[in-house]
Amino acid sequence: MLKTRLIPCLLMKNGLLVRSEQFSLHQIVGNPVHQVERFNTWAVDELVYLDITRQGEYDMRRDDHKIKDKKTLLEIIEEVSRTCFVPLTFGGGIRTIEDIRTRIAYGADKVAINTQAAAFPEFINEAARIFGSQAIVVSIDVRCHAAGAWEVFVHGGRQPTGLDVIEWAKEAERRGAGEVFLNSIDRDGKGCGYDLPLIEAVSRETTIPVIICGGVGRFEHLVDGVHAGASAVSAANIFHFTEHSTQHAKKVLAKAGVNVRLSAQFRTNSTSRRPGVSRSSTSKPNESRRPASESRCM
Amino acid sequence: MLAVINYGMGNLRSVLNALAALGADARVVDTAAELGDAEKIILPGVGAFGDGMANLRRAHLAAAIIGHAKTGKPLLGICLGMQLLASESTEHGQHAGLDLIPGSVERIAPGHGLRVPHVGWNSIKVIQPSPLLDDLEAEPTFYFLHSYHLIPAQGQASVATVDYGERLVACVQRANVFGAQFHPEKSQRDGLRVLKNFLSI
Repeated sequence: MLKTRLIPCLLMKNGLLVRSEQFSLHQIVGNPVHQVERFNTWAVDELVYLDITRQGEYDMRRDDHKIKDKKTLLEIIEEVSRTCFVPLTFGGGIRTIEDIRTRIAYGADKVAINTQAAAFPEFINEAARIFGSQAIVVSIDVRCHAAGAWEVFVHGGRQPTGLDVIEWAKEAERRGAGEVFLNSIDRDGKGCGYDLPLIEAVSRETTIPVIICGGVGRFEHLVDGVHAGASAVSAANIFHFTEHSTQHAKKVLAKAGVNVRLSAQFRTNSTSRRPGVSRSSTSKPNESRRPASESRCM
Repeated sequence: MLAVINYGMGNLRSVLNALAALGADARVVDTAAELGDAEKIILPGVGAFGDGMANLRRAHLAAAIIGHAKTGKPLLGICLGMQLLASESTEHGQHAGLDLIPGSVERIAPGHGLRVPHVGWNSIKVIQPSPLLDDLEAEPTFYFLHSYHLIPAQGQASVATVDYGERLVACVQRANVFGAQFHPEKSQRDGLRVLKNFLSI
């Protein structure tokens, strides 16, 4: 039987991992490449990286190390994918088909699109036609106004769209999205649990997998999300501060009767190797890319 | 030489990374001429069947891959690459495949309260011994991502199945031609084991 996926969501800002609260407070928690190596040994099922950088600069330098080692987003994708043998989704700042192409060429398996999809819905059709629905995740940032009234926000949760979340999720599916990533702005960093009525409504009205994020403060909240109908459960902050947090999360899910993958520890000792290719057809595009967007979950 | 076919369908990098982790020397090949005397071929790929076949034909790779397989050299199709091994597909119209595994590719029937595409980790059941599936754990689990599935004309080509409402074919083998519907390159230890098995065939 298909397992329920546990998907850590990693927020990246200026090349560093951050924890987030209500899409606005961001606290640095680590290095995006080291973190993925940890997760890779812990039987996570998938990883979602969302780039929320405001300037077009990716700096892997830790203040405490005084090492100057600036990386572009694409270099980060490349490094992460070299050690990441689970599906990898990258989101943030995607505006063009070329943005998707380069992320996939550098090692992403899927991309999450948000603001561009809401502004130009036909972007979903085009992206799905070129890369296949399986590579296109439509990310939806949600604010709850009142019971049953959910609005889509874009530009990192700062700009309302007037779109109803359920209608938008259905449209995204119709246009070829392979999955929907629902992120609750109000609950981000609050630890008060998922927006369960939202999950129930979107899962009921769509037939593609629904991934949920925002609000997990205890691993039991993951179980609630599964019972509300989510195909996959995601969370960000909770995974940063506890050792073996993803394994604990899976134990809690399994104990509650959720069918999860409880694989033994996986380790490869070749994490620093370059791919053994004599020639790759994917040449590096030049670095003069436009700055990444300011917002989260673009 | 291990050739990884590049025909513009999806994330080649993942496959190359996994092969590198296993210490394999792979070469990306995007024309029939470059295929030359490859000892083994991996045909990866995600996306639509029709586009995949059109791209293979355009680069004269379809005939080259068939020729390679007929000489008895190992060939592994992954995901769309496995589906392309079939005779035909009904994905957005009728398309002919490489016809190395007689059978057709059809959409996963909705129902059973299950969502299509079939996305995520699922355990497979080995129903026939195959060198591709040697030394796996008791309940090997792999990452699947597909809306269509291969139905072999002869049941014996199916060597492993996966339960998604109905029993879908997870792996096929016909002599030296192998296929995996899941993504071994994205399936952590079990996946690397399958790739390692292919490398040692």
